[in-house]
Amino acid sequence: MTPAVRRPRLSRGDRREMRIGLTLVSPWLLGFLLWTCYPLAASVYYSLTRYDLMTPPVFIGLANYREVFTSADVALVAKNTLWWVAFSAPLGVISAFLLASLLNTRIVGRSVFRAIFFFPSIVPAVVTAMVWQFLLNPQYGAINATLSALGFSTIPFLSSPTYVKPTLVLIHMWAQGSAMVIFLATLQDVPRSLYDAAMIDGANAVQRFWHVTVPMCSPVVLFNLVMGFISGFQYFTMPWLLTQGGPNRATEFYALYLYRNAFLFLRMGKAAALAWLLFIVVVAFTAILFKTSGRWVYYGGETD
Amino acid sequence: MNATAKTSAGLTKTRSDDRYWSQLGFGGWVIEILKYAILLLLAVSYLLPFYWMFTSALKDDPQVFTVPPRWIPNPAHWNNFFDAWTSQNFNLYFVNTVVKYAVPVTIGAVVSCSVVAYGFARPRWPGRDPLFALCLGTMMVPGQVTMVPLFITFRRIGWVGTYLPLVVPAFFGDAYFIFLLRQFFRTIPAELSDAARIDGASEWVILSQIILPLAKPALTVVALFRFMNAWNDYFGPLIYVNKRAQWPMALAIENMRGRLYEVGTKPLQYPYLMAVSTLVALPILIAFFLAQRTFIEGITLTGIKG
Repeated sequence: MTPAVRRPRLSRGDRREMRIGLTLVSPWLLGFLLWTCYPLAASVYYSLTRYDLMTPPVFIGLANYREVFTSADVALVAKNTLWWVAFSAPLGVISAFLLASLLNTRIVGRSVFRAIFFFPSIVPAVVTAMVWQFLLNPQYGAINATLSALGFSTIPFLSSPTYVKPTLVLIHMWAQGSAMVIFLATLQDVPRSLYDAAMIDGANAVQRFWHVTVPMCSPVVLFNLVMGFISGFQYFTMPWLLTQGGPNRATEFYALYLYRNAFLFLRMGKAAALAWLLFIVVVAFTAILFKTSGRWVYYGGETD
Repeated sequence: MNATAKTSAGLTKTRSDDRYWSQLGFGGWVIEILKYAILLLLAVSYLLPFYWMFTSALKDDPQVFTVPPRWIPNPAHWNNFFDAWTSQNFNLYFVNTVVKYAVPVTIGAVVSCSVVAYGFARPRWPGRDPLFALCLGTMMVPGQVTMVPLFITFRRIGWVGTYLPLVVPAFFGDAYFIFLLRQFFRTIPAELSDAARIDGASEWVILSQIILPLAKPALTVVALFRFMNAWNDYFGPLIYVNKRAQWPMALAIENMRGRLYEVGTKPLQYPYLMAVSTLVALPILIAFFLAQRTFIEGITLTGIKG
C-alpha cells in the first residue's frame, strides 16, 4: 500500500502514475470537454444571439433573456413544469418505495411480481405512450368503454386540462421499475437486528416501518428524489407523444417549449437562453435538496 | 385450506415456512390475505396495458371499436403481426435501429466505459478522486442544456441526418456506466492486480487479462442497458435522424400513430399499430425475463452507495 502522505510537489513516480491514470480516463476527459464543456460555453454565446441556422448568428445582447423573463408563454410553461416536478418526483419515489416494501415482505413468487412491476419502465416510451393513449381513449378505450357500458359517465383523462396532469402522474408512478429495484436492494440490506431490537422494545409493525425502515432508506430516498427532480425538469417524451402539450396547453412543459423554439421555430438563441436558465434552476434545486437533506437523511448505518 | 397447501403452491417448502404459517393468528391471516389481494390487484393493473396492446393486435376493426370493450379477441387474427410489419418497411427500420444505432453504441459504451472505469477504480494517481467526482457531477447536467450547441455543431459538420451524433459520443464514456463498472471493479480483490503489477504487468495487461474476464456480469449489464436505451430511444433520432430511409423503429411507430387521425384512414390502423408495438416491445421483455438477475444486480450496483 502506498502511504497517503501529501507531498508538496509531485515526485517522478507520482507523475508516471498520473500519466497512466490520465491515459486510462482520457476518453471520458475528452468527451467531457467535447460534449459537456464546449456546449455549455457555446450556449452562453448562442443565448446572446439571434440565430435561425440559415443566416449567421447576430449578437443581440440580453434580448433573449429579456424576452424569456417577460413572456407569458414562459410563465405558463414554468408553472406547468413546477407543478409537474412538485408532484411527479415525490409521488414517483413514494410509489417505488411502497412497491419495494410490499415486495420485501414474505411473498410467494416474489420474482414474478418484481418482474411485473418492473416491466413498464423498460418498454419503449413510444409503445407505452401509444397503449395508454388507446386505453384512455374517451370512446373505445378499455377503461372508458367499460365505464360507459356499466352506465357511468366517461372520464376525459387526456382531453381535459384538469385531468391531464394527474393522469400523467399516474402513468409516471406506474413506470418506476429501476427506483423500485434500488429500494428493494436497500430494504434487504437493513440489518435484521434493528427490527429485532425494535420488537423487543414493543414497537408494532407501523412503528417499525417509520422508525427503522424509513430512516435506514433515507439516503436512497434522497438519491431517487434528486434523480426524479432532474428528469422531471426535462420531462419530454410522454407529454410530447400523448398530448403534444395540450389540451389548452396544460401539458406544455419546459422541455417541450424549448424543443419547439429550437427545432420548430428555429430560434436557436432563445432556446440556448432557455437551456441555460434550466441548467441554473436544476443546479440550484439539487444544491438546496442536498443542503437541507442533513435534516432528514440518516447516514448512521453507512460503513466502508 | 391449510398452511402447507398454500406454500407448496409456490416455492419449495422449508421448515421455517411451516413455522411461519402455523404461527399466524387470525389477525395474521387477515393481513396475509389482504397483502396478496393488493399484490394481485396491482399486478393486474400493471399488466393490463400490455394485455390490451397484445389482444388489440389480434382484433379486426369492428372488435376494436366496440362498447363494452372485447377483452378476448374472437376471431383472433394472428396474421395481423405479419401484415402490420410488412405494411411499412419495418425490416429496414429494424436494421437501422440495430445495425446503425444499437450495436455501435453498445460496443462504444462497453469499450470506453470499461477502460475509464478501470482508471478510476484501481490504479492510484494524484487527481483521480476529484476527477471522478467531476465525472459523477456531469450526470446532473440536463441533456437539454447541451442539445442546442451540439445540434448546431453536428449540423455544421454535416452529421445531421445520420446516426453519427448519437453513436460517436458513445465512444467517449458515459458517467452512469463508468460509475456502475467502477463499483464492480472495486469488488475484485486488489491482491490479484497487485501481484500482476509486481510481476511487471502493465495496466493494460492487468485490465484485459485479469479485470475484464472477472467483470463479465457487469459488462453484460452495460451492454444490455445501452442496447436497450438505443432500441427504445425516441428523442435522439427525433432530433438527428430526419430522413425516412434512416428511421429507427421508434420514429416509424410514432409516424403510424400520427396518421391515425388523418381523414380517410385505411382499415386496421389500430390493430396494426398495436401489433408493431407488441413486436418492438417483445424482445425487450424476453431479454428482461432471461436476464432478470443481471438487470436487478446492475441497477442495484449504481443505487446503493449513491
